[in-house]
Amino acid sequence: MSVDQEASGVAPSSNGGPLIDIEHLKVFFPIKQGFIVDREVARVHAVNDVTLSISEGETVGLVGESGCGKTTMSRAIMRLIDATEGHLRFRGDDITSAGRKQLAPLRREMQMVFQDPFASLNPRKRVVQIIGQPLHLHGTARDKVEDRVRELLRLVGLAPEHLNRYPHEFSGGQRQRIGVARALALEPRLIVLDEPVSALDVSVQAQIINLLDDLQDEFRLTYLFVAHDLSVVRHVSDRIAVMYLGKLMELSPSEQLYTKPIHPYTFALLSAIPIPDPEENRSRERIVVGGEPPNPIDPPHGCVFHPRCPRATDVCREIEPPLARYPNGHLAACHHPLNVSAEEIKGAVKDPASPLSAGDELPSPSEASDSRPSA
Amino acid sequence: MSVGPVASGDPILTVEDLRVSFATEEGVVQAVDGVSLELKPGEVLAVVGESGSGKSVTAMTLIGLTRSPNARFEGTAHYKGTELIDASEDQLRRIRGAEIAMIFQDPMTSLNPVMKIGDQIVEQVQEHEALPDQQARERAIELLEKVGIPRARERIDNYPFEFSGGMRQRVMIALALSCDPSVLIADEPTTALDVTIQAQILLRMRELRDETGAAVVLVTHDLGVVADIADRIAVMYAGRIVEHGTLDEIFYDPQHPYTWGLLGSIARIDRPRPERLPAIAGLPPSLSNRPAGCHFRPRCPHEFSKCVEVPPLEARLEGNPDHTDRCWLSPDQKNQLREVRPGEIGLAAKSTGVDAA
Repeated sequence: MSVDQEASGVAPSSNGGPLIDIEHLKVFFPIKQGFIVDREVARVHAVNDVTLSISEGETVGLVGESGCGKTTMSRAIMRLIDATEGHLRFRGDDITSAGRKQLAPLRREMQMVFQDPFASLNPRKRVVQIIGQPLHLHGTARDKVEDRVRELLRLVGLAPEHLNRYPHEFSGGQRQRIGVARALALEPRLIVLDEPVSALDVSVQAQIINLLDDLQDEFRLTYLFVAHDLSVVRHVSDRIAVMYLGKLMELSPSEQLYTKPIHPYTFALLSAIPIPDPEENRSRERIVVGGEPPNPIDPPHGCVFHPRCPRATDVCREIEPPLARYPNGHLAACHHPLNVSAEEIKGAVKDPASPLSAGDELPSPSEASDSRPSA
Repeated sequence: MSVGPVASGDPILTVEDLRVSFATEEGVVQAVDGVSLELKPGEVLAVVGESGSGKSVTAMTLIGLTRSPNARFEGTAHYKGTELIDASEDQLRRIRGAEIAMIFQDPMTSLNPVMKIGDQIVEQVQEHEALPDQQARERAIELLEKVGIPRARERIDNYPFEFSGGMRQRVMIALALSCDPSVLIADEPTTALDVTIQAQILLRMRELRDETGAAVVLVTHDLGVVADIADRIAVMYAGRIVEHGTLDEIFYDPQHPYTWGLLGSIARIDRPRPERLPAIAGLPPSLSNRPAGCHFRPRCPHEFSKCVEVPPLEARLEGNPDHTDRCWLSPDQKNQLREVRPGEIGLAAKSTGVDAA
């Protein structure tokens, strides 16, 4: 398998091609004001020109701070929110503006697991009704539903006898298992997991991650795993996309993001995670990035990270960096990349996944960090 | 070998055999079951545990926030000669904020949404000190600057909704510090924040601890945060402290299997990625129906016949009277059992595959 192709932001041609193809996707929310007639006075740039494709059977982790657009993007992929611009393809079919009828057969192939297991299950319905609902909607015969629900409960590690219980009778981890069972009911191809473990205790988080792992192997599922936590994403992802203020900052084969972060923002995210080891924590050099993400109504000019970036220079304030493609299909949008050699910079090309508004200029080989301290 | 100023002198807060239970429709919930703690000036004590382990109830009980008709308290908590558990509301009022201050978990809901930030700080300052308005306001601005809020003079007249989560948490810290408390109780102060903001807040808390010399009780479930800031750690499980020791003792010489499990189940970014994330099988027990003996027994792969008796919290290692734990295994057995892979501490799997919940 050519890793280079696989990891690129543009249609990788691995076995069977991409399942989901996101092309220059933009989602803007208008802010309206006015008396009688609403005028659009501003726009929230939630997702601002992101290109990404996910192959069948792959897990892509999508990471970023709150407000970076990761949830909006996952909802746009599910067609729960309409895209403002750009294209969305599912198995090659353009579904950007597909209507209800056209989407109906696709809905069963794309499912979602939500963040808060306390809010995402109807408290007045029994487990059998919650998990059985998608089956009813998609025409499973009434007498077959219960058997299927029993089977699903077993799959996610719950006892089939729990069929007639209400959500409040379960703990957070068990509820999340119910959420997973509901998503699995229609045998989907793609499951979008929106922070599936961030509301759970550490010891239970590991249980759910392992469960998701097993299910993926068994059913060859494709996951888009949205999280704000880089340490959890690492355990499930084949590739990781880092977003900031609606833009893709870095897209990397999973392990490389940790050993060789190229974008200063990724490095800052990694160094902000406290390591649960007192000695290493004391000896580790950490960069604490000041400030907070700016307002997405009026994103900064040039590179969106420049106001907080310790390496920012004039060029960052003026020209939006394109996504440069480094070896192993590692993409990063930065004028002053970290952890790359002069050779690697010379070999870098502008990836077609770059935002349309980005400049053409790639980092100069003098940016090579052979002599600089690495992460 | 702890970082920061070494805690010295007599403890300013001593909790002895604290028990808190709540009568509910489902029966009596024993939230805290015999917790004893000591806090010395200038030290950071981390209380670690999962949800429902009683860590927040312990912290809130100290300043009387868990009082209600169906709550029952036993035991004592001495703060500089005042008994907190059965203190009158009046006594508590003088202590809260001025002597013992609290930072709550959720900065989105713990500030008054219809009151300006500055007024909230001024209100607290004037509650405890007879300061004229103008001086109290200056103090508020100073405090906001101290916790790292830019343009504090302008922002003092903002409402909470005009602040982001990280900024609100800074306001909470400013509020807590407003009367120079000797004890700061921080209940999951960074859980609701992004990692980059969390790093900023922790750094600030460390600096403020060094400047003011306040002792901190940090309630958290995040061992990464603990490794960053704590001097001593108390690990709680189902209402009891199961292990207590210094930062290095808990991380490098943990004695209780639950602590092993906690340490083992953290996803670490500085280590090679394991095939599977080690999980602790099963679920924490319900507090209204806890297993007899050691509460961790049903989830513990190393349980044996003696575990049906409650193990006392005592020092089991020779020559180290301050490192205590509640486990019947001998130190030698623990030494062998806790290493799941060479050099790696963890809890062996109790069952295989997907653990039934």
